[in-house]
Amino acid sequence: MADKVAFELVSPARLLFAGEVDMVVVPGSEGDFGVLPNHSPLISLVRPGVIAVHEGGKVGSRIFVAGGFAEVTPDRCTVLAEEAVNLADFDRAKAEARLTAARAKVAEAETEADKAAAQRAVSIAEALLAAAA
Amino acid sequence: MPSLKDLRIRISSVKSTQKITAAMKMVAASKLKRAQEQAEAARPYAERMERMLGSLAAAVGGSAGAPKLLSGTGASNVHLLVVVTADRGLCGGFNGQVVRGARNLVNRLKAEGKEVKILCVGRKGRDGLKRDFASLIVDTIEGLTKREIRFDAADAIGTRVAGMFADGEFDVCTVVYNRFKSAIAQEFTAQQLIPFPPPPAPAAEDEAKAGQPQAVYEFEPEEEAILADLLPRNLGVQLYRSLLESYAGEQGARMAAMDNATRNAGEMIGRLTLNYNRTRQATITREMIEIVSGAEAV
Repeated sequence: MADKVAFELVSPARLLFAGEVDMVVVPGSEGDFGVLPNHSPLISLVRPGVIAVHEGGKVGSRIFVAGGFAEVTPDRCTVLAEEAVNLADFDRAKAEARLTAARAKVAEAETEADKAAAQRAVSIAEALLAAAA
Repeated sequence: MPSLKDLRIRISSVKSTQKITAAMKMVAASKLKRAQEQAEAARPYAERMERMLGSLAAAVGGSAGAPKLLSGTGASNVHLLVVVTADRGLCGGFNGQVVRGARNLVNRLKAEGKEVKILCVGRKGRDGLKRDFASLIVDTIEGLTKREIRFDAADAIGTRVAGMFADGEFDVCTVVYNRFKSAIAQEFTAQQLIPFPPPPAPAAEDEAKAGQPQAVYEFEPEEEAILADLLPRNLGVQLYRSLLESYAGEQGARMAAMDNATRNAGEMIGRLTLNYNRTRQATITREMIEIVSGAEAV
């Protein structure tokens, strides 16, 4: 043990990633943090951004998450994502359509709550496009 | 004694019923496979979330500032039951099992002098509970299983339940549903959602196993901020899980029920055919006797 982190990424629909990796960089709400083995226990909110999984000295895969929660213990790191997209199979047209749709929702939102929710969808879509750029 | 024509009509009607039940069985079997995969895929998230919430609750637990969704209102006078059933019947005892369980629970709570409110998810639950507890049913949500069950839908129910809780409409919330055990078995389950039940055995087991106290977590941002986000989401997640489990269970139950029906129809056809042949033979014999005795008389 102790030289690998057991990293798990789960969304409500499925388990997206599970495996032993060297390091994970998670976009925490207060700033990105890297998780190496023997990290101190931590629970953090996750903002929309990219999780970088480091394996063998280079970035193995980059996965976009639309916010969620991360739990870190000395030997494992679990990220509960609201939604996750592996940037390897990212579809620009789809993401752009999503941004347009989200913007339209903001424009037609009537109540404050609706507007806030739509605004959030816009920022997630923007973050997704920025991440893929 | 039914005439030959009556028997023929019976046989053909049972045959077409058998075709329908056989088709329903196959549809349920293919839906079951997808539903089961979905339900199993959703389990890790719900489990991790429970674990995380457990450690958070342990850290915050007991302090006065703990959010109400976690610690409850301190009272337990009004109970909200979320009853998850199927929208459609023809699935054996599946809906009956949930309704019966819910009814027992309501009666028990009433006997303890509590007030009960019911939120039905799925049409059959409402139909079953309407007779006894029409005044307790707050609302019915149906049509969720028409297409693929989406997390948003479950989250919307969660938000609504959280809203009702914030308005002080109830103190304790429990969801009752059929948990998918295998293709032929479902298990009635009642799970308390609000207040968040204290973490059960696993935590104690971990501690005993490692012989070390629970790790002290750092929080980013503070516990309260995380909890404010995590608790409503947990509601959605747990409801989502119960919906998926229930849907998979429904398909399993329907498959088993339709399999039985198909087999029964087959047996019935066999019996009717035998009966038909005997009747036909009896008619022929009788006619021959009539001819022979007529010829002898001449």
